[in-house]
Amino acid sequence: MNPLVLWFHKLGSPPTFYRLAGRLLPWCYGLALVLGAVALYGGLVLAPSDYQQGDAFRIIFIHVPCAWMSLFVYAFMAVNGFIALVWRIKLSETLAMAAAPVGAAFTFVCLVTGSLWGKPMWGTWWTWDARLTSELVLLFLYLGVIGLHQAIEDRRQAARAAAFLALVGIVNLPIVHFSVTWWNTLHQGSTVRLFGPSLIDARMLWPLLTMALATKFWFAGSLLSRARVDLLELEGGKDWVRQVALAADAAPAPPPEASA
Amino acid sequence: MSYGSTAGACRALLARDLRLVWRRRGDALNPALFAIMVVALFPFALGPEPQVLQRIAAGTVLVALLLAGLLSLDALFRSDLEDGSLEQLVLSPHPLALLLACKIAVHWLTTALPLLVCAPLLGELLNLPPALRPVLLASLGLSTPLLSLIGAVCVALTVGMRRSGMLLALLVLPLYVPVLIFAAGACNAAQNGLAFTAPLLWLGAGLALSLVLAPLACAAALKISLT
Repeated sequence: MNPLVLWFHKLGSPPTFYRLAGRLLPWCYGLALVLGAVALYGGLVLAPSDYQQGDAFRIIFIHVPCAWMSLFVYAFMAVNGFIALVWRIKLSETLAMAAAPVGAAFTFVCLVTGSLWGKPMWGTWWTWDARLTSELVLLFLYLGVIGLHQAIEDRRQAARAAAFLALVGIVNLPIVHFSVTWWNTLHQGSTVRLFGPSLIDARMLWPLLTMALATKFWFAGSLLSRARVDLLELEGGKDWVRQVALAADAAPAPPPEASA
Repeated sequence: MSYGSTAGACRALLARDLRLVWRRRGDALNPALFAIMVVALFPFALGPEPQVLQRIAAGTVLVALLLAGLLSLDALFRSDLEDGSLEQLVLSPHPLALLLACKIAVHWLTTALPLLVCAPLLGELLNLPPALRPVLLASLGLSTPLLSLIGAVCVALTVGMRRSGMLLALLVLPLYVPVLIFAAGACNAAQNGLAFTAPLLWLGAGLALSLVLAPLACAAALKISLT
């Protein structure tokens, strides 16, 4: 078998993933903290004030990366849910369900920072504009997925049902993304372009992109640690979990079972 | 061994479900009574001034019908699951999506249609301007089947769970929001003398899309929850 394909198949097995995730975890959190600190320094200290909004615009460095992540995590959850439903890969079920609370948290932070930003700029905490409403619906979709996953007794069936709900809810993603162009709204349009020059000053752009990278790593770290715990719970009766538990008990001395 | 034609199976299922509803016809009127009572609460809460009621009439009727439909969704597969006929449907050689489409059609006929009939009465209770009545009925006619179809997918996911009521609302309501926005958009546009065909066309497009996709999704969801 092709070594790359073989590695991919091995990655799908819970013990291998558990070990690999454990090794990647500190790197994810470490990179997230370092990049986040650099981005905050760049955004709060180095970047110039906005000509119109003064210093109040600086909340953008939290608000926008969280908004991007709220969509990214949902797409990640839906893709993993699709894989879980079609190919019945246990790891994908775990990853999809572990992503849901993280995505809900990003969505919540996005809504709260947006509300804090809206008060001085628009003069209101909340307005029923298309972008805000669709982001709120996104939060409810996340909560629905989490609620359904918690409500079903059988863990694997729960993950499949919730993954299916996540797939149904994916119709909301383009609505959130294009809401500022489809409807004439109070929320401003996008100033950062994937293709072509961005409309934002370069001194403001680099901290924003660095923070976006930091949130990606934070998500990866959070996802991996959640998935590790979920895998231990799901595979509670298996031998590798027993060895992990024994190793944790015997630490720091190496367990005798590890060599067997 | 012959299983009979698919059309015959659908006809038999429609006849059986309609007969079941007819045997308990008192229950079938409950959603309509519920909607009337919800609508009656608004004048108490907001005051009986005709101008205020006129302004909120269309939206209130829409929300009342949406909630009544939500409450009746729970019963869509309940009795079939209890007597085992739902499993027989899943095992039958006929396409499950088509059979479920029949069940959803019966649900719409027996819960949404009585509500549609009493919608003009609800409008009168709230001083709905007469010019708005056809627009309200058109948007209800397009949105209630859409609500039944979307709701059926979520019910299929929660089937077999005890106490699924609150959870079902949590799953269904976010998906109902776009439908409500377009239905209310048509009524608001008509009230302000603007063109109201665009939101109605959007509703129609959504209905056409989910008429095809929702029964398939419902069948897939049902297979997940019955394994």
